[in-house]
Formats: sequence, structure tokens, C-alpha cells
Amino acid sequence: MALFSKQNKEVFTNPLNLDHPILGQVLGICSALAVTSQLKPAIVMGLAVTVITAFANVIISIIRNTIPNRIRIVVQLVVVAALVTIVSQILKAFAYDVSVQLSVYVGLIITNCILMGRLEAFAMQNKPWPSFLDGVGNGLGYAMILVIVGAVREFLGRGSLLGFQIIPDACYDFGYVNNGMMTMPAMALILVGCVIWVHRAYFYKEK
Amino acid sequence: MKLNTNSNAYIIIYSAILVVIVAFLLAFVYQALKPMQDRNVELDIQKQILYSLNIRDLDGQEAQVKYLTVVREIFPYQGRKYYKCNVDGKDIVVVELKGMGLWGGIGGYIAIERPQNTVYGAYFNHESETAGLGAEIKDSQAWQEKFIGKKLYKDGSKDVALSVVKKVEDPETQVDCVTGATLTSNGVNDMIKTCLEYFPEEFKSADCCQATKNKECCKDAAEHACEHADKECCKADSCKHVKEDCCKEKTQECCKESTAVAE
Repeated sequence: MALFSKQNKEVFTNPLNLDHPILGQVLGICSALAVTSQLKPAIVMGLAVTVITAFANVIISIIRNTIPNRIRIVVQLVVVAALVTIVSQILKAFAYDVSVQLSVYVGLIITNCILMGRLEAFAMQNKPWPSFLDGVGNGLGYAMILVIVGAVREFLGRGSLLGFQIIPDACYDFGYVNNGMMTMPAMALILVGCVIWVHRAYFYKEK
Repeated sequence: MKLNTNSNAYIIIYSAILVVIVAFLLAFVYQALKPMQDRNVELDIQKQILYSLNIRDLDGQEAQVKYLTVVREIFPYQGRKYYKCNVDGKDIVVVELKGMGLWGGIGGYIAIERPQNTVYGAYFNHESETAGLGAEIKDSQAWQEKFIGKKLYKDGSKDVALSVVKKVEDPETQVDCVTGATLTSNGVNDMIKTCLEYFPEEFKSADCCQATKNKECCKDAAEHACEHADKECCKADSCKHVKEDCCKEKTQECCKESTAVAE
């Protein structure tokens, strides 16, 4: 089977549109609300989830035939937990300020439904390479929403992107005020709702 | 050969091996990254101290260099750390703060300019206060700057007068609280009260000694100095009789050091 056969491409692109983890399956909402008040942590969180989903998928897929059926969830959790711990340690060592911002949410990737969902639904039945693609695809799909929501929230809530001020001081002099609501998780929920709406209306086609 | 993956023995052995592998892996990663993490934590503390001294625009290596030039001495007293600093020739003590916010711990550093005991700058940190409300104690530089210039004590009193209140009645010592975050502000208030209450007696008596040349104060000052920080003892030159005894007993090396400097 070729590395990028039609089937494999579908495995990779489906979660970006039709089978999108957040938009289509509405999984992983909780962390999407919590870490998106600024763009930088949103990007890091998206990357972390992508890396963890991809590697957890590969590992589970490699050992899928040896996993005893009765404890398969436990085994999946152990693998995910180990990966999450490693990623969180690496963040602490190389991107300390981001790891402080993300605080508990890195640890909570363990409970992110996207991961468990993909492991259970895909990696347990498929070979390592398609599983890897599936993991990357789902992770990127998740990251995409985080980046969109994070960018909107930081722009409207703080007038900046990635910490750089975008809205000029002159606007503030004319009485423009940052929307404090945008820094609250509740607005993230509404934004995610809007994104889902746009997606359903323009991009999503029933199979 | 097809293994029976559902037999109990297989399950037990499988999970045991899996756990051992994972445990070794995690232990290895932890050990390998520990030094870097420790350095990050240390650097973070140094940055926070610099923030409290109104030095906010430095990063990484620069911050560390600045920290080393600014902070002269770390002075532990009753479980709290006091950082003796010198910024632009001003004598400043940075006090480590720890307290409770609304949802979790809060902390910070407050820089006290001596001997007049006014606030030189402040920085607060929190674990899990509400974003946009309680979290403003960390995010809002403007709020932290409200502390600048406030007096720690009211004239003649030894009680901490510096406080965070809803309605400012005495602008010399009181700071307006964060709107919509009364409980977090109360936490900051309590934290300041408890952490500065033990602002070392030594400092108080040293101030008194310097201001009034009162013998009692000076003796106290030198004794405290002798008890808690050996180097301080030798610097307390206003009270030589105590100084000599104390130097004899405890800080001969320190005396040598300071005579060497004097020469």
C-alpha cells in the first residue's frame, strides 16, 4: 500500500473537514474553551495535542494485537498519560512561561476525548502509518479551531496578537475599549458555536 | 502461535511489563530535564523580583545579569525570604509574599524602600484566579503600580497600615481594590498584612537607631543583626561595643572581609 494512497489521504483530510473532532464530533470542547484566551498558548496546546495524538495512535496501533481486550482502556490511558507527562516536562524545560500559562490543561490532555476517541475508534483497528496520519489530522483539526478562537479572543479582548499590540494607541485615545468579555471562557463557547455554524453552513456536506 | 490475550496470567504480566517500561521512561525524562527545569523556576523567581523593582522589560540572560547586579543579599528570617537590593543607589528590601486568593494560592514580591519604608514597587502572582477579574492582580501592571509610593506604616505605629480596600480613605497607605474581584483583593490585603508583620525587627530597630541614635534601638539592631545575618553585624558601625563581641563570636571571617574592604 502506498504511503499516500487515496485511502490514506482521506484518513488525513477527513478530520480536517467532514469528520472534524470539534466541529463534526464536538469532542475536546472543554480544553478548547480554557486555553484560548491568547494565541500563543492556543498554538502550543494545539501542537501538544497533535504530537500526543499522533504518537499515542502509533504506539497503540503497534501493540494493538497484544493488548488484552479487557484492559484495553487502561493500556491506552497508560500510554497517553506517559506521553502527556513527557510533553509537559519538555514544556517546563524549554518553554517555561507557556507551561505556566497552560498550567493544568497540559495534564488534562489525558482526559481529552479526542485522544481516547481516536485510540478506541481508529488505532485499535488500523496499521501504524494510517493511525499516525489520523492522529496528525485530528490534532491539526483541533489546533485549527484553537488558533481561530485564540486569535479572535486575543485580538478583541486584548488588542494584540501573539503578545504584539495590533490596535494602535490612537484608537484607544478615541475611546475604543478592549472587550473584557472575550477573556472569559464563556465567549470561547459562543465563538466555537459560531465556527461550527459557519462550518455547517458553508463547508460541511452530508455524505 | 496465537497467544490467548484474555487469560488472567497474560493480563497481569502484560500490565506489569507495561508499567515498568513506562516508569523507567518517565524517570529517565524527569532526570534528564530536571536541571533545565530548576533553572527555569529560579529564573522565573528572579524575574518576578525584578518586576517588583519595576524592571519589567528584560528577558532570559539579561534578567539574570541584572538580578545579580541588583540583589546584594538574600536574608532568610522566620521562614520568609528578604532580598536586600540596591537600585540606583537606593536601599531596597524585597519581601516574598505568600497568601490565599479566592480559588487558590497567590504570591508575589513587594519592594520596600528603606529607611523611609515606602513601597518601591510590587508584583503579584496567582495560581488560578478568574481571568479578567482576580487575575488582574498579575496581569494589570497599572494596578501593581498603584502601590508605588504608599507608606508601609502610619507615623509612629508599628502596625502595617498598607492595605487594599474598597474605598480609599487614606491615600498615603491604602490601595483601591480590583473591581469585581473583592475576594482576591482581600486575599492580597491579608497577604500583605501577614507577610509584612514580621518585617524583621532588625530593620525596624536599625531604622530607629539611624534616625534617633537611641541607645536601646542601636543595641537591639546590632543584636538582631548578630543573630540573623552575620554580615549585617559588621555593618552596624553605630554600635561598636556590641559589634565587637558579636564579631568575635560569630563572624570573624566577615570582619576580616569588611576590614579588607575598608583598607
